[in-house]
Amino acid sequence: MHELLQDEKGKKLFLLGNEAIVRGALEAGLKVAAAYPGTPSSEIGNNLYQIAKDKNSGIYFEFSVNEKIAMEVAASASAAGLRSLTCLKHVGLNVASDVLMTLSYLGTKGGMVIINADDPSMHSSQNEQDNRMFAKFAGIPLLEPTNPQEAKEMIIKAFALSEQLELPVMLRTTTRISHARGVVELGALPEDRSFKKGKFIKDPKRWVPVPAVARERHKVLLTRMDEAEKLADTSNLNIISGNGKKAIIASGVAACYVEDAIFDLKLSDAVSFLRLGFSFPFPKNLIADFLKDKDDVLVVEELEPFIEDALKNVLFDNNLNIMVYGKATSHLPRTFEFNPLQVKTAIIKFTGVSSDANPDELPDLSSIPVLPMRPPTLCKGCPHTETYMRFKEALKELGLEDSAIYPTDIGCYTLGLLPPIQMADYLLCMGSSVGSSAGFSVSTEQKIVAFIGDSTFFHSGVPSLVNAVFNNHNFCLVVLDNSTTAMTGHQPNPGMSIVPDDYDKTQVPIENVIQGIGIKNLFKINPYKKEESVEIIKEALQKPGVTVVISESPCILYYKKVGGKK
Amino acid sequence: MSRLKILFTGVGGQGTLLASRILGEAAIEAGIEAISSEVHGMAQRGGVVETSLLLGGQKSPLISDGESDIMVSFEPLETIRSLNKCSKKSIIITNTTPIMPFTVTLGMSQYPDIQNWIKFMQDNFKKVYAVDADSMAKECGSPKSVNILLLGILSGVGLLPLSMDVIKNAIKNRIKPNLYEANIKAFEKGIEVSKC
Repeated sequence: MHELLQDEKGKKLFLLGNEAIVRGALEAGLKVAAAYPGTPSSEIGNNLYQIAKDKNSGIYFEFSVNEKIAMEVAASASAAGLRSLTCLKHVGLNVASDVLMTLSYLGTKGGMVIINADDPSMHSSQNEQDNRMFAKFAGIPLLEPTNPQEAKEMIIKAFALSEQLELPVMLRTTTRISHARGVVELGALPEDRSFKKGKFIKDPKRWVPVPAVARERHKVLLTRMDEAEKLADTSNLNIISGNGKKAIIASGVAACYVEDAIFDLKLSDAVSFLRLGFSFPFPKNLIADFLKDKDDVLVVEELEPFIEDALKNVLFDNNLNIMVYGKATSHLPRTFEFNPLQVKTAIIKFTGVSSDANPDELPDLSSIPVLPMRPPTLCKGCPHTETYMRFKEALKELGLEDSAIYPTDIGCYTLGLLPPIQMADYLLCMGSSVGSSAGFSVSTEQKIVAFIGDSTFFHSGVPSLVNAVFNNHNFCLVVLDNSTTAMTGHQPNPGMSIVPDDYDKTQVPIENVIQGIGIKNLFKINPYKKEESVEIIKEALQKPGVTVVISESPCILYYKKVGGKK
Repeated sequence: MSRLKILFTGVGGQGTLLASRILGEAAIEAGIEAISSEVHGMAQRGGVVETSLLLGGQKSPLISDGESDIMVSFEPLETIRSLNKCSKKSIIITNTTPIMPFTVTLGMSQYPDIQNWIKFMQDNFKKVYAVDADSMAKECGSPKSVNILLLGILSGVGLLPLSMDVIKNAIKNRIKPNLYEANIKAFEKGIEVSKC
């Protein structure tokens, strides 16, 4: 049995934030979940995928082909009355945003939670957008846990809140919540865990947002969000401690740093601390009430001044004239995740207390030279390295190695950026290798050789490839088919030809898709067959129009894991 | 109990995450509050993996510069890289077996002279345990048990508020039965080293 399915109420486990979230969803009676993996959210999908294989789990889970589809799956399950969720990384919500922006108009029936994992400091991401903005943009309630235990409790409340308001609710974590491991006390699982199907009740004036319907639904949304604000004002997820004249407001993991700083600096009597767990709609009355007798306030939140700016509106509306410290005053930055000392330093500056640190205890480290960097690399024996080397050789022989442009994509193979490969020149987002190749092909005389992985190809490469054929573009696309979604932990994708024993999905061969689009110049290589591959690549590179080379060889880690069964 | 901040550092694939997890699970068993932060995703592919474990009621899952009570490092270059997380009061436990980053193998930079830096650590920090954990783990019958061996040293130092039995039990729960014996041998070896 999966560890997260054990039915021992009160038992304590040392769980990742992402595991705690899964447990909370199970305790809340989750029925349908769908996701596309992405760090730091991936372990949520991985665990749900394993759990759903257990027929007694009572849940359906799928790895959808991209985040937009996953959110659509979860949304319609909710419309059919079932509790559902989707989980994604921050940039995954960009892909699903087309769904989200109208889903808030349609609303939900069964509770629906969107678990959104932001990545301040970009540990595994191309940007550090603050997706609390998306909760505000779409108009949905937002909960921000501070640790794994709270994440578990909050998702249970999020399902209830969603059903009460008939709106999807965003549970927003960051890397330091999703990948924190903490003590989590298990609650009870539902007694009846059988999967009973829901029923969709037709109501075109609700579910089909043609303009006349959408106009009404927008008004409904705003009314619901007014109700949500009242709930936020009185929510027990917003916790006040202390009664000093100096106020601190924080959310997410930053609230943990504040708590530790208050402890270390012995400030519990000097400050009042509001930990905002239900942070949007912004609890205006709570904030006005909290600040009415305070001297000034420090806002501690990672990334954008989301709370800080909203708070200033509240002060203005309530004729409260107190100073707000935070990002605007450079007490804390807008870039990167915080660390405990950084927050403590801001609190020392804000309160004027003396530091508890003893600089004499720090050794002089100035003699340490610049150390060799240790960036992540492709694994020893990775087939991607082989493919890159074959292409390098072929391009060299054709005299194109230096002038060619290498648009790349998102996956392990993005590491082709580093020496000795250095064949990654341009990247935006999932699937962008294909679309950007089209742009380069009309704007330059350079040879274009783009790289995309199998999972990313299905995620968002396919429409761009249709576009390339349709508009007569001219580039070579290399599909690095390693038979898995390797970077995020070997999740399945439609193209997989090597699968575990209990695998029951249907294969959609990449080759068939490419042929179906009408691409005549389709080549296949096994990158370990060196001479043969180079010859095929050279031929492919000399063809005009859209050319595709599928480089087929499984991820070595995945191949070991599934025991090499084909 | 007083609060304890332990930093684990190493290279992706060395088992740093498992070491901190085992200790966290032992803490639960002993009724002690624990929080930890892990590294997953792209960084794990041969990059630096830094994990923290904070015992005794701290809320923050991260350790700031100068604040580690103990650093357990699986790779000597990474030990040097993380010295800024330590103070003069810190105890340092470090493996001395290098793992060359590709920036060194490609000739882009030079690997530091480890013996010099161990001397530096001995001069500047409270106590340094520098051992060839890779060779010792091999002698114990499982080359992969470097993490458990270092855990043994950490346990032997005597700062953990956890009994040996509780830690051994936590190891048992996370190690495959066929590897348990070699790992316990590595753990005992670590304890022995800590007494030297």
